[in-house]
Amino acid sequence: MSVAIPNVPARTSRRRGILTSRKGRVGFAILLALIAIAAFAPLIAPHDPNAIDAARILAPPDLAHPFGSDALGRDVLSRVIYAYRVSLGVAVGSTLLAFLFGVPLGLYAGYHGGWVDTLIMRPIDMVLALPALLLAVALIAIIGPGSDVALLAIAVIYLPILARVVRSSTLVVASQTYVEAARARGTPSRRIITRHVLPNAIGPAIVQATILMGFALQIEAALSFLGLGAQPPTSSLGVMLADGRDFLTQAPWIEIFPGVAIAITVLAFNFFGDGLRARLDPRGVTR
Amino acid sequence: MSDAILTLEHVDVGFDTDDGTVSAVSDVSLSVAAGEIFGLVGESGCGKTTLAMATMGLLPVSATVSGSVRFLGRELVGLPPEDLRRLRGDRISMVFQDPMTSLDPAFPIGEQIAETITAHRDVQRSHARDRALALLADVGIPEPERRYGDAPHRLSGGMRQRVVIATALANEPALMLADEPTTALDVTIQSQILDLLRDLRQRLRTTIVLITHDLGVIAQLCDRVGVMYAGQLVEIATVSEIFRAPRHPYTQALLAALPTQHQEPGSLRVIPGRVPNLIAPPPGCRFASRCPHVMDVCTIVPPLAHESADHLIACWLSEATREAGRPTGAATGGAA
Repeated sequence: MSVAIPNVPARTSRRRGILTSRKGRVGFAILLALIAIAAFAPLIAPHDPNAIDAARILAPPDLAHPFGSDALGRDVLSRVIYAYRVSLGVAVGSTLLAFLFGVPLGLYAGYHGGWVDTLIMRPIDMVLALPALLLAVALIAIIGPGSDVALLAIAVIYLPILARVVRSSTLVVASQTYVEAARARGTPSRRIITRHVLPNAIGPAIVQATILMGFALQIEAALSFLGLGAQPPTSSLGVMLADGRDFLTQAPWIEIFPGVAIAITVLAFNFFGDGLRARLDPRGVTR
Repeated sequence: MSDAILTLEHVDVGFDTDDGTVSAVSDVSLSVAAGEIFGLVGESGCGKTTLAMATMGLLPVSATVSGSVRFLGRELVGLPPEDLRRLRGDRISMVFQDPMTSLDPAFPIGEQIAETITAHRDVQRSHARDRALALLADVGIPEPERRYGDAPHRLSGGMRQRVVIATALANEPALMLADEPTTALDVTIQSQILDLLRDLRQRLRTTIVLITHDLGVIAQLCDRVGVMYAGQLVEIATVSEIFRAPRHPYTQALLAALPTQHQEPGSLRVIPGRVPNLIAPPPGCRFASRCPHVMDVCTIVPPLAHESADHLIACWLSEATREAGRPTGAATGGAA
């Protein structure tokens, strides 16, 4: 029994899952590039995104302006880069906010059960029952439009989803023998929750959050398209889509490039999420 | 017993279910002396584990425990949860059946031991780590320094059970409850773990309550044994007595069911009948429906009585039981 064990060399890679799955690798690489673009927008953008050029109104793509120009003669590439920065910020920020509050709520509800569960989950279920976009629009109607309000609205939509995911994985983990064993060792319940339940239950929520981040970009675009998101002079991908729709037949590049940016991002987050799943799925841990 | 470390008196455990209350443990009284290995034997579902969980205060809220559990002179039934937590893992510890599931897969094994120490002792992390390393070496884990940071899945089943035992010993408990500690392991590993337990008992003088359905394990390791059937404790005796002269019909049937070397293949002896439903069980002795010696009086619960100094039996066939049952006789029948 003990013969082979001491000779097994330590496995060095702790991130085997993400990097061994090709999808995960591709998603990770694209995301890194996209984040770099968003972070270094001022260095990368070839032109001032707000510079109006009367000579270039609706000008098609050329070498100096690879994405063409919009109705005010502004460089679409530079505008996409800056708008992407706003959109990605809202997407990541909203999901993180929802994660930060949703995970502890789901964790406590799932671990304690009973009336604690009811107290936490019933209101959350009520939010979940409302149509997501309608909820966001209603929130913005109350507080007023803006990219930070869009961020908050998306967080409100996402919190119940993440809380539910964490709660269900917590229910599974809390019934495991090792949690009972931890209790039998006299481990205080606060520590059981944070050190034993959370690490084993968080995986599905991380995967879910990653995929939700991609979709947050779409929700943000939808809200902005409706004029409820980022307000001028701030631009986001949704605002660009809204601005360009009148020129769709004459100058499709104004619409295509922000659309492609959204599509690529959603795809990259999904790929990355799938890669993470391979690594973080509870079944993967005991392999 | 004067030096009893654990004394159970008239312990009843019921579980509330949708179909009614399951009487999992009924009127169990026993005491475990300091330094001994006490075996608790019985078939699956007879209440062995429930009894251990009741002692640890680890039963779910759907369970109601009555009677008295005294540990080191202290009453545990009704003790506030925080006081129970302080005892658990410190003075009483528990080894679970399946080492594959009783270690946290996302937690290095050494730290699970260290955690048990820091949960009860105000010591520095480095001190807890040193102690954990010593414990790993103690239970026979080679190269503890290298193993300390390993996740459980990198260890074999036998190694994991050694880690679980090290965890149970972390604070040098007065009492260790081992619930089927060898059942999930194959036979060679089983005997290694039993050797380890015997060796640890000798060196550390830890009292062990060993729960098992395996009479072979009892024979190898225990000093005294209690036999349980359907939630009732039917017989307590020294191990040699139980094997030499079992008194209760269930114990006799259980021993007769052990296969021998000269047995024809396919001719395993079984006890006819089935375990009674523990929701509203029949009154009296729960073995009555399967007992070859069943009598009218068996509808009254037979009290556990001393046949000799260290042989107790709960059966109306026994003179001692009849003696003990006489004064209060009919009154005890209401328990079921």
